[in-house]
Amino acid sequence: MKKKMTGRDKTFWAVIIPVLVLFFTFNTLPMIKGLIYSFTNYKGYGSYDYIGLRNYQDLFTDARVGKSYLFTFKYALVGTVLVNVLSLVMALGLNGRIRFKSALRGIYFVPNILGGLVIGYIFSFLFTYILPAVGSATGIGFLQNSILASEKHAWIGVLVVGVWQAVAMNTIIYISGLQTVPQDVYEASMLDGAGKWKEFWKITFPLVMPFVTINLVLSTKNLLMVFDQIMSLTKGGPAQSTESISYLIYRNGMDGGQFGFQSANAVIFFIVIVAISVFQMTVMNKKEEQL
Amino acid sequence: MEENKRTNWGLTIALILGTVVVFFPLYMAVIIAFKQPSEMTNDIAGALAFPSRWSLDNFKQAMEVTDFWHSLGNSLLITLATIGLSLLIHSIAGYVIGRGMAEKKSFRLIYLYIVSGMFVPFSILMMPLVKQTAQMGLGNRAGVIILYLVFYMPMNVLLYTGYMKNMPLALEEAANIDGASTWKTFWQIIFPMMTPMHATVAILTALGTWNDVMTPLVIMSGTGQNTLPLAQLNFQTQFGTNYNLAFASYILALIPILLFYIICQKQILNGVANGAVKG
Repeated sequence: MKKKMTGRDKTFWAVIIPVLVLFFTFNTLPMIKGLIYSFTNYKGYGSYDYIGLRNYQDLFTDARVGKSYLFTFKYALVGTVLVNVLSLVMALGLNGRIRFKSALRGIYFVPNILGGLVIGYIFSFLFTYILPAVGSATGIGFLQNSILASEKHAWIGVLVVGVWQAVAMNTIIYISGLQTVPQDVYEASMLDGAGKWKEFWKITFPLVMPFVTINLVLSTKNLLMVFDQIMSLTKGGPAQSTESISYLIYRNGMDGGQFGFQSANAVIFFIVIVAISVFQMTVMNKKEEQL
Repeated sequence: MEENKRTNWGLTIALILGTVVVFFPLYMAVIIAFKQPSEMTNDIAGALAFPSRWSLDNFKQAMEVTDFWHSLGNSLLITLATIGLSLLIHSIAGYVIGRGMAEKKSFRLIYLYIVSGMFVPFSILMMPLVKQTAQMGLGNRAGVIILYLVFYMPMNVLLYTGYMKNMPLALEEAANIDGASTWKTFWQIIFPMMTPMHATVAILTALGTWNDVMTPLVIMSGTGQNTLPLAQLNFQTQFGTNYNLAFASYILALIPILLFYIICQKQILNGVANGAVKG
């Protein structure tokens, strides 16, 4: 392509080799170790044996693991839909002909810069004391007890906090998507007398489709890895009804003597995340081409 | 172009009212942080009405209980060191990979190898990393900084490499003819030109590391050191049922990042949008 610059080549390798060593040591190496541990009955201390695929077989029959996958998927699925619908609506509003535009955009982003753990503690109080008080005052039955104490409803509490924070992030991305839509496209549709609803589905939505892909992949991945909010809101309870996969791996892998078993869980979890992301990107790319 | 600047007041008002969703939990937190336990009645007013006296006592006590300044110092140290090292190391890595990729297949593979790290969840690395960092004597703040440097490498290299695509080769070639080394050319010419991307990288890295709980939780446990979020977790038992003390501590933990946001709001919003779209 160009004349050889050996000095330049040398510098390139001198830079990239230490970087690769660093990345390998703290990313690839622990991943390989995790994979190896997943074939053992290691408790996290003491001696251990290789037990082949036993951990992986056990994963599929372990009720607690199954429950955590069910919760995490339910949470991520409902969360992704809610987050994307809400943030698209918010973005349309914040991109409209409004006053105080930058101030409003700034305010709606605040939930995202605050840490999930502390926000979880604040909402925990809200769910435990304020909502039940509202429930008794208004006589709305299901609010009268803390939803975090209910095996059936606790996941909704975690979801509210997760969505509250994620919408802020995705709204900003949708706004930058809407800004890429050229103004004259709208003018053309106005001349044609297209209604607002039709205009959105026929013009705006297809044009922001690449941003829908980004947001879907991003929000699904983040919601699947939920940890901080669980830590501060429910600690996985009640009765393990809100135990996310990340939380279970942390809880039982680090302290529960299941180092090997939870390593296998983590390997499967990794494969699941990659598979879902790749699936979303392929499907959405096809959709983008069609439009 | 149709300069239709009519303000949609209905929408504006709806959006202003909607900010209640953002402000309400924060308002409640501030109110509780200022109250005394005796003022916490079991009705809505108990949590939401103004305190009888605005006193900073809870905050003073919370600072003592959670060793606030120490935790704040650790958070600042970890975040600033991570940002500084990321800007230096990830930018030159992004430059080398970006330029190398255009000429050699090996650099294309290196690029894919590093960027694919973006899909690796911390959960799979966590347990082996705890063992590994302990063995290497890195179960401490330095270890956390090194890990962040590695965890943010895929995203930051992707951002810097993408930025290099739009930077003409001509400048480097001119410098090369003048006899400047590649190393010198990078620091004197390319690095300053990357400033917009430095801002994006710094902001994304800062937001991620400042609020992270999991990494310091598993890596620094046993050192007695806390980051600001970690302190909130570790002092839960000491807060007990004294919600006023706990909330004062939460507010203290939120203030630094809120201040940073208020000062750099525009850059942060741009940085986040920029990073997500490129990434």
